[in-house]
This record gives sequence, structure tokens and C-alpha cells, in this order.
Amino acid sequence: MIYLTLFLEFFKIGLFCFGGAFGMIPLIEETVVKYGWLSESELYAFIGVCESTPGPIAVNMATYVGASQGGVLGSIVATLGVVTPSFIIILLIASLLKNLTDNKYFRGFLSGVKPVIIALILSTGAVLVAKSAGYSYPLTFSPDLAAVTVFALLALICIGSRLIFKKKIPSIALILISAALGICVSVAFELV
Amino acid sequence: MLLSLFLTFLKIGLFTFGGGYAMISNIREVVVEKKKWLDEDGLLEVIAIAESTPGPIAINLATYVGYKRRGFLGSLAATVGVVLPSLIVIYCISLFLDAFMANKYVAYAFVGIKCAVAFLILSAGEDMLRKMKKTPLNIISFCAVFALMLTLELTGASFSSVLLILAGGVVGVIAVAAKRGGGEK
Repeated sequence: MIYLTLFLEFFKIGLFCFGGAFGMIPLIEETVVKYGWLSESELYAFIGVCESTPGPIAVNMATYVGASQGGVLGSIVATLGVVTPSFIIILLIASLLKNLTDNKYFRGFLSGVKPVIIALILSTGAVLVAKSAGYSYPLTFSPDLAAVTVFALLALICIGSRLIFKKKIPSIALILISAALGICVSVAFELV
Repeated sequence: MLLSLFLTFLKIGLFTFGGGYAMISNIREVVVEKKKWLDEDGLLEVIAIAESTPGPIAINLATYVGYKRRGFLGSLAATVGVVLPSLIVIYCISLFLDAFMANKYVAYAFVGIKCAVAFLILSAGEDMLRKMKKTPLNIISFCAVFALMLTLELTGASFSSVLLILAGGVVGVIAVAAKRGGGEK
């Protein structure tokens, strides 16, 4: 019953996604890889698409994974799944539990969750860098020169923009720059 | 009013890119300045609630503002409004993305995009780490989870991060309870 699985898995993701858009990426990755819905590489390519399309990333991911597994109905069911927990919780807070967010233990729970989420996000990012650069288990490293070059160039651009303009590059701009770099570097390596 | 809630949040869903905090400035402009559905303090309160509850911030905001304006139906109209554009746009993209990715140059572009995504994830994490209160407990749980996840991921093992999130929450509750107990002695 793919629709039920989609709904339940995305419900779980919606329920445990603290810490904004990136907080859910570790959870999504676990889920889609576990069920074989997307490969890791497809997932990260699609996160790039999400960054350059409107709307909350969680909803975009749910719609895409849902559509890939169950067409229109799949995308609707997965999206409903990811939205429902927030919807119910906010309704409860707005109507009945007005003081929940002032509760000491609730605050304690949140402050305990925070470092875990940050660690999950950073470890996901670090592992993604290692894997795109060519690492794979068991302990093999066949460097992907194109990816390593793009990383180096992007790092230069990011650090440069922080130093010169004192500002971060907006994510859509970064995606576009990286797409151009990806094409140039890959074509250059092909010619060499 | 229901229609206006729906259309306003439809527009927010359609024209905000990047999700999360990127949406807040847009939502502020529309909900506070134009429609005057909330004042600045009201918005800050909603953001605080949205941050301390799970789920995408845009959804949390839409549900809350909708409920405050028109009760349950209002929250439904606003939430459906903010979700609908993503649902339609992404569904259309999903129809041709595979064919699109089969193109050699598009595949090359995605080699670069994947790197950018890694950067965005790391920089989001870095921002949050900077803002995290550096209490001993926070530092210990951060380091423990980070080390655990890196080791597991790089050795091909998998572990449910939901359990880690819950464990972190329980540690936080125990810390509050322990402090209270200590204070009473």
C-alpha cells in the first residue's frame, strides 16, 4: 500500500522536522534511501531544484517523492502527510494550549533537541561533501576531480563574497553559479 | 475573508524561494504591512511558536494566521493556499525531470548543483551552531551526535535520527528537572 506508506513516512518527517528547511534533510535522506525511493545522488540533485523553485522545501520534497512513487495521488498523499502534523499542532497551540510554549519542560525539550538537530545537519553536509568528492564505503576513495574542482571554486567564491561584500550569496544565485561551474569544469575535464 | 486568506497565502507560496527564513520577510511584508492581520509583536510571537514546533515555518505561519482570522476554516484555507503552488509546480517538474537529467549538460550542471547544496547545508548548520547557547550540555550533545553520525555514515551503517532527536529532548527535560531539584535542596 504505497499511498499509506507515503503518508505515514512523510507524517513522521513532518512531525520530527525541527530547525527549518535543512533540519529535515537527514530524515528525508534516511527515509528515501531505506525504501529505495530515490538514490542519494537523485535526492541531492532534487534539493538543488527545491532551492530554486518556490515554496517550503519540505513540501517540495514530499510532492516530488510522492509523484515519483505514486503519480498525482502519491504526491498529494505525501504532501498531506508532511503538512498534517504542523497543522494539527499549530491549531492546538492557537486554540487550547496557549501556554505550551511557555512551559518549562517543553522549553527544556526544545533546548535539548537543538544541538542534536545542528549536529545532524552538519554531519549530513560533511558526509555529502566527502561522498561527492569520491568517498564511498568500504573505505575507498576515487576522487571525482570535477566535483573537487567545483567545491574549491565555490569555496573561493563564498569566502570572497563574505570578505568583499560582507554578505552571503543568496541560495538561488549560488545554485545558478554552481550549475554553470559544473558544466564548465566537466566540459574542461572532458577536453583534457 | 476566506478567499482573501487563501489567495494571499497562495501568493506567498508562489513567490517565496528557498523556504524557511527566506519566507519570513515576504510573509511580514504581506501579513503585517499590507493586510495588517498581525502587528510586529504578533508576528514575532508566531515566529517563536513556529520555531518551537515541528514542521516547515511557512506552514506553521499560515495555519496560525488563518486560525486567528477565521478559525478552523481560515487555517485550512491559508494552509492549502501556501502549499498548492509547490504541489503544482513540483508535480509538473517531476513529470519531465528524468528526461531533463538525461541530457549530458544538465547532468554536468547537477554535478555543480550538488556541491552547492552541500555548501548550503553546511552554512545553515554553521549559522545555527554559532547561535547555539554554548552550555556544557549543549556542547557535549552536539559533539556526541556529530561524532556518532559521522562514524555511522562513513562506515555505511544507518541509524534512525528520530531516536537521537527524541533522546536529545529527553536529556533537555531531565536537565530542567535536575536544575529544579538542585534548587530546592
